Amino acid sequence: MSELGLPIARPIADKALVRGLGLAASLALVLAAPFLASEYWINAIIVPFLILSLAGLGLNLLTGYAGQLSLGAGAFMMVGAYATFSLQLRVPDLPLPLALIVSGLIAAAVGVGFGIPSTRIKGFYLIVSTLAAQFFFEWLFLKFPWFYDGNSSATIALPRGLEVFGLDANAPHGRYYLTLATVALVTLLSFNLVRSQTGRNWMAIRDMDTAAAVIGVPVTRAKLQAFAVSSFILGIAGALWAFAYLGSASVQSFGLSRSYQILFIIIIGGLGTIRGAYLGAAFVSLLPLALDWLFQHLFSGHVDAGLLQNIQKGIFGLLIMWFLIKEPEGLARLLGIKLQARRRLFPSSQT
Amino acid sequence: MTTPAPPALEIQDVSLAFRGVKAISDLSFRVEQQEICALIGPNGAGKSSLLNILNGVYVPDAGEIIFEGEHFRRMQPLEAARRGIGRGFQNNALFAGMSVIDNVIAGLSRRSRLTLVEEMFRLPRARREERRFRERAHEVLRLFGLDRHAATAVGTLPYGTQKKVELARAIVAEPRLLLLDEPLAGMNAYEKQEIAAVIARLNRELELTIVLIEHDIGIVLDLAHHVVVLDYGRKLADGPPQTIRDNPDVIAAYLGSERTEIAA
Repeated sequence: MSELGLPIARPIADKALVRGLGLAASLALVLAAPFLASEYWINAIIVPFLILSLAGLGLNLLTGYAGQLSLGAGAFMMVGAYATFSLQLRVPDLPLPLALIVSGLIAAAVGVGFGIPSTRIKGFYLIVSTLAAQFFFEWLFLKFPWFYDGNSSATIALPRGLEVFGLDANAPHGRYYLTLATVALVTLLSFNLVRSQTGRNWMAIRDMDTAAAVIGVPVTRAKLQAFAVSSFILGIAGALWAFAYLGSASVQSFGLSRSYQILFIIIIGGLGTIRGAYLGAAFVSLLPLALDWLFQHLFSGHVDAGLLQNIQKGIFGLLIMWFLIKEPEGLARLLGIKLQARRRLFPSSQT
Repeated sequence: MTTPAPPALEIQDVSLAFRGVKAISDLSFRVEQQEICALIGPNGAGKSSLLNILNGVYVPDAGEIIFEGEHFRRMQPLEAARRGIGRGFQNNALFAGMSVIDNVIAGLSRRSRLTLVEEMFRLPRARREERRFRERAHEVLRLFGLDRHAATAVGTLPYGTQKKVELARAIVAEPRLLLLDEPLAGMNAYEKQEIAAVIARLNRELELTIVLIEHDIGIVLDLAHHVVVLDYGRKLADGPPQTIRDNPDVIAAYLGSERTEIAA
């Protein structure tokens, strides 16, 4: 580089350096988290937060990007969990990571099946089809003992625990790294996908499906692809929820309230953004904890514990409503506005 | 007997009704290769409905469309796009949540040959296609002087500029027949001249056959090679602009209804 070029290149290099250092620091923090946080935090907060983010990401591709409303997130998670259980039980030679991928593919196939009505019906009516998936699989996995291997409590747990290519991942650290690696990889792939032609097809269908068809977007194919990719991710999230977080699961772990939870995550976090799933999952999993902590310190011993729990749920609901009135486009949008404001003040940071 | 060049598009006895109300009745006309054909007529004359039939958005109750020698009882929207029929809409039908360039690249969808896996992992083929699409989109944006808006969210642009983006999206995949529904509506006089010039250039340089609906008679008579006048779903006149201008039926029906529109 020439002498003359340096003074101009300098600030850019500095900024890249700052950004690089920031990235490295957050990466180090994420990797070292298990050694910084208590076992309780990893097991009960961080791991479920990551898995809910993953599920939110899966649903966001379908609902936030492709505009197909779904209340079947729980069903596709359930399929992923039961498929992983069956594979680990009946194909013991298949390593866990591959079993997760195959389970994701099974969930994807199921998702395409329940997505076929989306080529004919739209919007709120589509909820019926995805709701059908929810009730059908709850019935199926309870009705036939084969799915839970005839277990007396009708629950599923991995026969050999979490084992990744010979490494034992049952300890909190192992669960954390397994979840983190999966979530990181899926996030990266999703990021690529939404910026590709398929991602543009999805958003075109969401924004105006008639125009999309007329300008040559393969609407039917793109919708089914959205169902497939979304269910694939939800399937893997379901398997992780069952075996990396809960340890053992049943159909109740993936009931309708789970579907609602995942939908709330993306509505609160921001439809049609990748980071929205994380922000929403953080909101949904951390806010109740904060409320719980607050209530424990304020009223513990004075008010009946059951009543306290119900009041907390009420406040949580009110907070969601208040938040959606203030910012209907979610946390991601709120963050975006902040960033934009900063860019207006410091235009140079735009480059 | 010599055989003349086959027309680009032929509409044969097409009828369309909405719940018993006839929008188009027994309409027939032909559009020659590489001509600009203007559809004019008062509101409700069935002009937009006809474009929607040509695109496959509506299914005609009777009649046939012959596009490049092939007969169609009905078109499917995707099939129409695949066969090279491009379309601009009356009220902007842009994808509001996307940037200008993404809107235009979406128009290249039927050219994409990638699988999901290639896109997810950004394999070399995916990178190459993305680069090619992006270059092509920039090329078309430059044609409309829109290159500096490439990264802008499309919803934040003024109406006239959005119309240009829509036109860019319609031609990005190099259609052979372009259907434009009031491409100049909502533009100021300067923008109208500008877009009319672009349409004329597309027609001349890309040898593009264009069917357009437009209310600005002055521009229509300048731009079009062929004018079809519709009134209540029927064809009132069909011919080169100079004969249309002097047609007493047209003056009576078209200008008459125009006047009542203003009065209403």
